[in-house]
Amino acid sequence: MATIFTAVGFMAALGLLLALILVLANRRLYVYEDPRIDQVEELLPRANCGACGTAGCRPFAEMLVKGEIAPGRCTVNSKAMNQVIADFLGVELGAGEKRVARLACAGGSHVAYLRAVYGGMESCRAAALVSGGGKGCSWGCLGMGDCAEVCEFDAIRLDRHGLPVVDEDKCTACGDCVTVCPKGLFSLHPVSHRLWVACKNLDPGDEAEHQCEVVCTACGRCAQDSPEGLIRIQNNLATVDYAKNDLASKVAIERCPTGSIVWIESDGRIVKGRDARKVVRKGALPLT
Amino acid sequence: MGLLSIFKRRRTFDHGIYPVEHKELTADRPIRRLPFAPELVIPLAQHKGAPAIPLVSVGQEVVRGEPIARADGFVSVPMHAPATGVIRAIALSPTADGPKTQAIFLKVYEAASQEVLYDLERDLDAMGPDEIVAAVQDAGLVGLGGAAFPSHVKMRPPSGRVIETVIVNGCECEPYLTCDHRIMLEQTDALIRGIRLALKATGAKQAIIGVEDNKLDAVAHLRARLSKDLPISAEAVETKYPQGAEKMLIKSLLGKEVPVGGLPADVGVAVYNVGTLAQMGDLLPQGRGLIERVVTVSGPAVDHPGNFLVPIGTPLRFLLEQVGLGDRAGEVILGGPMMGMAVASLDVPVTKAVSGVVALEREDPDLARRKVYPCIKCAECLKACPVSLNPSMLGELALARQYERMADAFHLDQCFECGCCAYVCPSNIPLTQYFRIAKSINRDQKRLKGNG
Repeated sequence: MATIFTAVGFMAALGLLLALILVLANRRLYVYEDPRIDQVEELLPRANCGACGTAGCRPFAEMLVKGEIAPGRCTVNSKAMNQVIADFLGVELGAGEKRVARLACAGGSHVAYLRAVYGGMESCRAAALVSGGGKGCSWGCLGMGDCAEVCEFDAIRLDRHGLPVVDEDKCTACGDCVTVCPKGLFSLHPVSHRLWVACKNLDPGDEAEHQCEVVCTACGRCAQDSPEGLIRIQNNLATVDYAKNDLASKVAIERCPTGSIVWIESDGRIVKGRDARKVVRKGALPLT
Repeated sequence: MGLLSIFKRRRTFDHGIYPVEHKELTADRPIRRLPFAPELVIPLAQHKGAPAIPLVSVGQEVVRGEPIARADGFVSVPMHAPATGVIRAIALSPTADGPKTQAIFLKVYEAASQEVLYDLERDLDAMGPDEIVAAVQDAGLVGLGGAAFPSHVKMRPPSGRVIETVIVNGCECEPYLTCDHRIMLEQTDALIRGIRLALKATGAKQAIIGVEDNKLDAVAHLRARLSKDLPISAEAVETKYPQGAEKMLIKSLLGKEVPVGGLPADVGVAVYNVGTLAQMGDLLPQGRGLIERVVTVSGPAVDHPGNFLVPIGTPLRFLLEQVGLGDRAGEVILGGPMMGMAVASLDVPVTKAVSGVVALEREDPDLARRKVYPCIKCAECLKACPVSLNPSMLGELALARQYERMADAFHLDQCFECGCCAYVCPSNIPLTQYFRIAKSINRDQKRLKGNG
């Protein structure tokens, strides 16, 4: 009998001692955390996409509560939801223009020539490592959809010519497609950048035309037609200076002979100029 | 010897594979010259390190052997005109790596005698080590085995390291390729001169020529030519892929293991390909530059396979026209079929790194896309991997996109893409491709982090 009392008594004493240590530890080591951080985090999309420039939604919430960043920087949340956060914290919504991923290539399989048939692993990255892939244009989209696969928001799909199409509503500008594309064709842009050169080919015009029908031949018409300095021809490629984006208009694209410089409407539609070569071909081009 | 030699273990390394050799196609074909191509394309970045800087301008006439680009720093080499002609353009040219790079387009004069007039008589015996290193750089020499690493850099090991042994790599473990075999047989004197120069420049005490034992005629030939007073020996090693990888060859010949992430210099060794040293012995006495190299053109789709002395910059299209490339050609590979690179365009020129051009037939069963099955954990790849990695585990991680973990925890960087794992995999898993993708993504990530 005595044994069991000793045992129970010992365990009780040990329990009390440990409880005391825990109580002391709780007092001494207590870290105050603003309860609003949790509440704000509840209101965020929790996509952890990083489009706001922080590591994820939790650090973003922490910075919001500290007042170091504006709620408007979250481009994934709806505007109404961001307003709720702003009201909750009693701060301004702040300007945060939605950014989206833009593809600098328009060479689908119906317009871009092939120089070889790639028969290896079905992945752009793998194809790019074998001599740059089978496409005639060394800069062009390989069309095997690494970007569509990596996109966690289902914002990229391949059209029937194997060219990625970005859904501007779903895109959160997380940048996964930017890093996955072996040709570096994606870049993140504010939606207000509507004038867009959908080409990266640096070959001289006559050579480039043998590689793709929708290639920038650096003819310079867009640069002539647009306000001074908006578009410059660099290394055989038209380049838009987005610092002067306010001057951009549809006029610049109208005389483009190939349709490689385009205007992206607010609903995401890609509009080619009046003089752009019409492509009626539906199927893929043969091997040249 | 005799019977006892049966019990003697052949010099070799652990793991590796035994692919079909196909060397009989070209092994006994002497090195021949071909006509000059009408236009040569000389990329400025044919070597590891900084690209060369052009010295010529468009429209300028150049003489065969004349320097046309200078080295940009120590880890870089100059370029020399491979033919007499006129510079047509300095523009972008396709490469086997993918992205287009700057190249010098040289239109060859048909009527020119194509004599090398750039002679600079040198007394090799009077030259000190530093002078030899400078002369090797001036000659534009890079590792002709395929790595294209500037040769003179290897002669100057990092401080604290002393080169004791020069290993001369005559293994040629890639199937089809026979150019090094022919060089050992035909350019023996130049090779021995090159070895002596390398010994002098590095201060090494001995040199060992490692040759796979499928080329015993080359071993016998070299032994007959090597005089006893030279500290040079020729040794046979087992015919096994990748015997010609420098770390494997060091293990086979010296029993030393290069530490993880280390250089051969860490174990006191410098490894040179026989082609590099033969060119060194050939070019240095006259102060000439590297303007041509021996290339094996072989494969089932080639009508007249052989070993050819090809001017640098010759487009593949021209080279294959000369040997007869039938309609049945399905794939053209620069280098050997194990580590070589299939080209997407025949406009790609032969560079200093190209040791072979292999054309496979369209119906070649090796080209068929095979169905990939799940890993059955048979561990054949572990038994094959010459650097003792775990390709099976790495493959699973690659599928899960855990590229950083592959590098941090499973030594992805030690993989030199020899292809043994994918070769033995019974499930046809393209392991080597996975690793190449993982490495390329890790490289991109590092670059992006560096920028921002």
